[in-house]
Amino acid sequence: MNPFVEPITVSHYMVVGAIMFVAGAVCMATKRNALGVLMGIELVLNGANVNFIAFGSEYLRPAADGMGLDGQLVALFVIVLAAAEAAVALAITLNFYNNHSTVDVDRADELKG
Amino acid sequence: MDPINWSSVFFWLFSTVACVFAVGVVLSNNIVRMAFYLILSLGATAGLFFLAGADFVGAMQLMIYVGGTLVLLIFGVMLTAKGPFITMKTSAGEWLLAAVVGGSLLAVLIAAATSVGAWQQPHERPNTAQVTATPLGMALLGARVDKLEESDATQRRGMSGYLLPFEIVSVHLLVVLIGSAYLARPKRRVSGPSETPAPTVSAPDR
Repeated sequence: MNPFVEPITVSHYMVVGAIMFVAGAVCMATKRNALGVLMGIELVLNGANVNFIAFGSEYLRPAADGMGLDGQLVALFVIVLAAAEAAVALAITLNFYNNHSTVDVDRADELKG
Repeated sequence: MDPINWSSVFFWLFSTVACVFAVGVVLSNNIVRMAFYLILSLGATAGLFFLAGADFVGAMQLMIYVGGTLVLLIFGVMLTAKGPFITMKTSAGEWLLAAVVGGSLLAVLIAAATSVGAWQQPHERPNTAQVTATPLGMALLGARVDKLEESDATQRRGMSGYLLPFEIVSVHLLVVLIGSAYLARPKRRVSGPSETPAPTVSAPDR
């Protein structure tokens, strides 16, 4: 069973999306650097985008029961919102760095009761 | 011997790069290397989008994500990467917990992805090139030119397009622009090492 001969299906894309999603989730949970947490968020959003593109693709599923263009449109919105989220999160991180001289998220505990 | 399916070959190439460097982002401790691995992973994801026929989204992934968002992230890394912040170690207990939770989540997701038969049916690829930029632009303006022949009345309800989400995203981006410029404006340092006085050219309150 040669993998280079078998055609690609939606399941292949979903497995890739799942691996990227889990890598991003673990990255968000374990990194202490605030920018590392941000990179984990980017990975999670991309894992979701891979699934949207796979379900919207006419190359992987019949056009009748796929998402069609809707999957690509949702993926576009996700890309734009990820850009906005990264800009705000970076501004907050730089503000935190200016005020506290660190980017360690464990040190951001002033609101702890 | 069957002929080699070149789209499968490129799928395995791009997916291997995307997954290996996504795991590399998690396992690396150096923030600069993490940023570089993330660029490679997201660039390979754009290749996956092209392979699935989403040419416009793949191009936007390269331009907005890799060319815009990640450059912004790398500027953040450059502004904050000094001394102890380049490599921040995570304790072994947290790694163990994250590995258990992440492994079980991965097992559930892969089991779900491979359990539906309809998702594993190979589909005859249409032998025509897909050009999606114009239908996507029309859909954002509220007209679904890709569903004009839809005869099913229930599915024709999905023809309303995406004009309202488009407007909401536009206003959202404006708010984010103003908000992040306000948050990141230069200010005087409250604490920490102040060997150099804060730049006094900081703008007055806006």
